[in-house]
Amino acid sequence: MDLSQSRTRQAIITLGLLSGALILFTGAVGMIAAFHEREVVNDFITLGQLVLLITPFIFGYTAANRLGMTGESPTSVIGGGIIIGLLTTLPTTLLLLFNSDEFRFLLDWSLRLAPFVVATAIAWRLHRQNVETFTLIGSWLLAAVLIGIVTFSLALIFEVKGELRSVLVNINRDWVEVVTFDNRKDLMRGIFVFSLASAVAGFVGSLCYYVPRTPRRAMFYGLSVTLLVGAFGETVRLVLQENLERDTLNQLFRRDTLRQNAALGLLVVSTVIGYLWAAFGDRARQGFQNLGGQQRQTTQMIGTVLFVAVLLMLPWLIGRTLSDVAVTIGLFVLMGLGLNIAIGLAGLLDLGYVTNYAVGAYILAVMTSIGPLGLMKGTFSFWMVIPIALLAAMFAGFIFAVPVLRMRGDYLAIATLGFGEIIGKLAISDWLKPLIGGAQGVQAIPKPIFLGTELRNPEQLYYIVLVACLVTLFVSIRLNNSRTGRQWMAIREDEDVATAMGIDTARAKLLAFTLSAATGGVAGAIFAAKVGSVFPNSFTVFISINVLSLIIVGGIASNPGIVVGAVVLIGLPELLREFSDFRFLLYGALLIMMMINRPQGLIPTKIVTHEMRAGVKAKVAAGD
Amino acid sequence: MAGKPKRRQNKILVATGMTKRFSGLVAVDNLDFYIPEGSIASIIGPNGAGKTTFFNCITGFYQIDEGELIFDGNRIDGRSPDQITRSGIARTFQNIRLFNNMSAIENIMVGQEPHLKSTWLGSILGLPSTRREDDDTEERGRELLQFVGLEGKGDMISKNLSYGDQRRLEIGRALASKPKLILLDEPTAGMNPRETIETTGFIRRLRDELGITVVLIEHDMRVVMDISEHITVLDYGRKIAEGLPEEIQNNPDVIEAYLGRGAAASAGKSLAS
Repeated sequence: MDLSQSRTRQAIITLGLLSGALILFTGAVGMIAAFHEREVVNDFITLGQLVLLITPFIFGYTAANRLGMTGESPTSVIGGGIIIGLLTTLPTTLLLLFNSDEFRFLLDWSLRLAPFVVATAIAWRLHRQNVETFTLIGSWLLAAVLIGIVTFSLALIFEVKGELRSVLVNINRDWVEVVTFDNRKDLMRGIFVFSLASAVAGFVGSLCYYVPRTPRRAMFYGLSVTLLVGAFGETVRLVLQENLERDTLNQLFRRDTLRQNAALGLLVVSTVIGYLWAAFGDRARQGFQNLGGQQRQTTQMIGTVLFVAVLLMLPWLIGRTLSDVAVTIGLFVLMGLGLNIAIGLAGLLDLGYVTNYAVGAYILAVMTSIGPLGLMKGTFSFWMVIPIALLAAMFAGFIFAVPVLRMRGDYLAIATLGFGEIIGKLAISDWLKPLIGGAQGVQAIPKPIFLGTELRNPEQLYYIVLVACLVTLFVSIRLNNSRTGRQWMAIREDEDVATAMGIDTARAKLLAFTLSAATGGVAGAIFAAKVGSVFPNSFTVFISINVLSLIIVGGIASNPGIVVGAVVLIGLPELLREFSDFRFLLYGALLIMMMINRPQGLIPTKIVTHEMRAGVKAKVAAGD
Repeated sequence: MAGKPKRRQNKILVATGMTKRFSGLVAVDNLDFYIPEGSIASIIGPNGAGKTTFFNCITGFYQIDEGELIFDGNRIDGRSPDQITRSGIARTFQNIRLFNNMSAIENIMVGQEPHLKSTWLGSILGLPSTRREDDDTEERGRELLQFVGLEGKGDMISKNLSYGDQRRLEIGRALASKPKLILLDEPTAGMNPRETIETTGFIRRLRDELGITVVLIEHDMRVVMDISEHITVLDYGRKIAEGLPEEIQNNPDVIEAYLGRGAAASAGKSLAS
């Protein structure tokens, strides 16, 4: 009993402090203040506040799940939720106090006392383990001095710099404003409101554990739909703008944020839909499974037709701004599909994919530009150069593949990473400046002209990207089910044995690199035409990393996964400007979360799902 | 002993003076040997005798340092593994090395590589010849699955197959290249007595029904003595004996290599029986 109690206490404290650390960290890097700029529901809650509340909510729910599972009483589960809510505020509250003028002395004192307190704590631990007095005194002194060096230097820094803000740049007024829920003037009141709100969130989170499954899922569904619509209010409004009257729109939105009534309505509607789905969704799926072959085919066909129709009409449905985002997403889907040939099918970890993108972009730029750097001054049209860009990228892919053919795994990754960097440096070099303009890049690239119409809008460019993506998709599906695809898979699985089967692995790998490069070149060319100019700083290693990440997040070797990955990793940061400042921070967090919780990706292929589950077992069975 | 059919004893594989060194360690030492065409031959020897190295040299995984290898009238030393496979030698591995995440039928389809002609461009365009070849490949794959006793398991991911099935699939994959010579590295390792007997019969079928020359590395002496028509004994990379099973059983050098000098005299009789 005692043991289980101490374990429960430990779980609650760990989760609470973890949640607190998260809030403190997001605050310290400036995320919370940045997110505060965006209102989720008009005059009700901002994205920053949402982060402050949703964190204790999620941790409260997680803790309740964990404790409830081990058979804790409801009182201790819900009490745990409240404690987690309070612990969440603890680190932030301390920082608030340290930051204020009145309680500044707390910081100074705690920095001064910390070495003695910690040293005593350590000594007490040792004492309980029956360590000799002499050793005890020695370790106390050592700990005190070591920790003292750190804390006293910190104290000195704060002394010299004056304010905390000068060290922690983002611990500023804006931050205080958000975490005190607009009570910056009355700090005590602010801390009280913050702690209360957080405790309530933790409480509600743990309470959710006791709600039956179906309504709980409905509630989560409704809440997340509402909050997402709210958070992406601007985007949703842009979409609706294309299809709704201005007056109706103004009743739903106040500028870019959801009105309270609209939010409430949305919450109710989406919760009801969520309830229906949670209650009857399984049965509907079952019904679909039971349909006769004929009916099932018809249903699937209707689905496909609808999907294609939506794809074709997308620019009209979402308007100009979002079409622009769709084009960007499309370019990354294109690159994802291409890189997937190397990584997903042939298992060649290529980290220099940006090379192909750059080659495609520069080829198009130089050949079509009507500016001073244009070679042909309008002789070549966009359509004529696209195949040239494709071939050039394939050629580049081929050339870069030759020296790395013998490399495997990590070595291959590092070598290709190097190639990506080389291309970046070449693009900006003085050596190639007469040809591609060095840092100034190439300008005045004309837009593509289709049947006499200049395709200058993203709505029109969207179709070029769509066609390119569909062609790539077609090719990669065809290859996947072909002799070539099987050769690649064999190489991915076991290169030595693939050779023993009579596969010319060098040739197959060259082909994978070359074909994979092709779509990168097309994507680069379309990108150059879209932007109208090409600069070397568009072609950094981050392009390669982005493409790789979207494949990993979506699910390796999974075509639908690539689309979802591109929407999540490329689309969302474009839509939430506040996000884009923290893009790579969030990428990192997302990738870590994915690797821990869902290593197979969002939409995995069947085989990969299998591999992840049975991988260890199969290794043992094979006698490796 | 199985009745040995009288054949014209061509030598399908001949090695002369074959040597393989690993920085000082001589793994295969100046080896002369031959494999009679249409026979079931065994390579035996204590652990570390160089048996698997010997296989790796024949299949081009290792390049030999000295000597020459002649297969079916052509020199094959110096060729790469894929070229050697194309010339008609197939192999399996001591620790099964299937393409684990591919289905059984896909494994066999990859095995047919040496006879495939379709190109990636043909696959993208969906040319009729490519489609026909793909269909033929799959059909032949199903036939082979049936031959190795895996009918109905073609769409299973190969690592989910049972151990015995994996062994058989690996042999099936090797057969897919229509080899003249197949090298089996410990085909009965890890099998129970019943599976061992099944496998022995299966190996005999390879020769009798398909006319393939079989070379196996094997530790199970009952299997070796049961099916072999020609045995080569290796120790420390050297050939210490060669000949019919009866000759090998009574060869004092072999007994010594297996059991040590002292035990040789007394244990020789029991090994022979």
